[in-house]
Amino acid sequence: MWNYIGRRILATLPVLLIVAVLVFLMLRLTPGDPAAVIAGDAATAQDVAEIRGKLGLDRPVVTQFFIWIGRGLQGDFGESFFYKKTVASLIADRIEPTLALATLTIILATLIAVPLGTLAAYRQGSWIDRIVMGISVIGFSVPVFVIGYVLIYVFALHLGWFPVQGYQRMADGFGGFLHRLILPSITLAVVYVALLARMTRTSVIEVLNEDYVRTARAKGLPNLKVLVFHALRNAAVPIVTVIGIGIAVLIGGVVVTESVYNIPGLGRLTVDAVLARDYPTVQAVILLFSFAYVLINLAIDLMYTVLDPRIRY
Amino acid sequence: MSAVPSMIVEAPAVTAGKPGVWLRLAHNPSVLIGALLVTLIALTGIAAPLLSSIDPGAINPSNRNKTSGYETSVRDDEGRKITRKALMGTDSLGRDIYTRVVYGARVSLIVGITVAVFSVVIGLVIGLFAGYLRWLDGIVMRIMDGLMAIPAILLAIALVSLSGASMMTVIVAVAIPEIPRVVRLVRAIVLSIREEPYVEAAISVGTPTIKVLWRHVLPNTIAPLIVQATFICGSAILLEAILSFLGVGIPPETPTWGNIMAEGRSLFQVYPHNILYPGTFLTLTVLAINMLGDGLRDTLDPRMSKRL
Repeated sequence: MWNYIGRRILATLPVLLIVAVLVFLMLRLTPGDPAAVIAGDAATAQDVAEIRGKLGLDRPVVTQFFIWIGRGLQGDFGESFFYKKTVASLIADRIEPTLALATLTIILATLIAVPLGTLAAYRQGSWIDRIVMGISVIGFSVPVFVIGYVLIYVFALHLGWFPVQGYQRMADGFGGFLHRLILPSITLAVVYVALLARMTRTSVIEVLNEDYVRTARAKGLPNLKVLVFHALRNAAVPIVTVIGIGIAVLIGGVVVTESVYNIPGLGRLTVDAVLARDYPTVQAVILLFSFAYVLINLAIDLMYTVLDPRIRY
Repeated sequence: MSAVPSMIVEAPAVTAGKPGVWLRLAHNPSVLIGALLVTLIALTGIAAPLLSSIDPGAINPSNRNKTSGYETSVRDDEGRKITRKALMGTDSLGRDIYTRVVYGARVSLIVGITVAVFSVVIGLVIGLFAGYLRWLDGIVMRIMDGLMAIPAILLAIALVSLSGASMMTVIVAVAIPEIPRVVRLVRAIVLSIREEPYVEAAISVGTPTIKVLWRHVLPNTIAPLIVQATFICGSAILLEAILSFLGVGIPPETPTWGNIMAEGRSLFQVYPHNILYPGTFLTLTVLAINMLGDGLRDTLDPRMSKRL
């Protein structure tokens, strides 16, 4: 098992390296002088020269990459040109809302999707199954921001149950924090529910055809017990895998949801930084999101070795 | 067990092109509803100048922020008074939302179809060679893994922001995140086909690599790629709308559904119609394409439908 864990971690390193190279090259491959691009339209020739020296742009590209990633690994992504702060402190300021939103979304989506998917699998072919699958197709198709605005329209503007937009830090009161986070999380959870319910249904159907499920039924266990303890437990691995893969969808959704609900998180930061052409920030945030995605999936993979003793490598 | 029954079992794997495919497609409700809706939306886009006589970019300061059903009167060239009804209201520049939504169908479909074709063709070429040439496989697949690790929206936003917003850059930026998914699919098919006896036979008689790929491997990829292209088309339309909505997509004066919604964002609390009408069209379009894709997958590629 340790051998596998070691190999799996080693296999992740090239992916991380390639992500870093791609994010690095994005800025270098733009036509024109990157220093001039970074400096912006209002920069003087002196500014540009200064930036060029600071970023080591006069050195070979390979050296530049290692300077950038070396500093990045120490948490130094340079200074934001728009916010006039270090990128690291900017990210530290914005990370709480994003983490809170993502966590609540995953919890919410799992609580809704897993029972729905299991029910659909249990009643395969029935109207419940068709409704769940129908909802899932719709969930894939409705754009996040349309869901967001419809929810705001109904629950904030008409019913007045929730504030329209905004965010409250956890330190300023948990109640208000949660209250403001509910609509955004529901918005973001829709795609996730669609993805997860489908996968749950597929894997539970597969398990329900196994011999041990038939045995469990034959010995007279109640259906609910069979579903939860035999079917769902054995279907857990593919379900958890999809939760991990879905994080890519989640990150994309975070960017949009934070813009719709005016939440000062990393997603909003990305959009604002792109609009302000604040390249050091854009690079750092994209790198951070991608690394988080890869590492979460690595962690999930490694978890299997502990969770599911049947898996041998 | 003899070899004969196992061959019979394997035979239905490739189903596209067989007689009966059209018949099965016509009997699939998902395909029917999806195709019907997509056709309607495509017709709307094509017939946009017929459906509305107004210029989608025409600004009218006196008609700003009107709700749906608002009537304006204009004088035509001969001085006669014509009453026009703004079916879906107007935006904060007085542009007619209905007209912009109708023209927006064009942009969405052009982007969706171009991205689908572009990413499938490029992904197919890369995937064929990566799957077939072992020395290339490792490098290419690691790069694809890296590309896939960057969330699609972020990658697209970054690409557009770096190269400046235009229809072309948006299409390229939306297509690039889709390419690795096509490559993976094609490669997986190639890896399984490569071991087939008929490919081995072709190689043994000295068929050039290109010809083996073209004659023996490529046909096997068509059915799954049609399915994949449909889903890419749907997600490209969504992604384009998201980019426009965030303000990093096609230039704001172009009538796209995302742009109409982006324009309506600031006044959403007072005038929700700016977002709700184009949002409904966008949702219906993507839903139709996804239904079509689901149906195509079930009929053309039964192996894939088992996976998810």
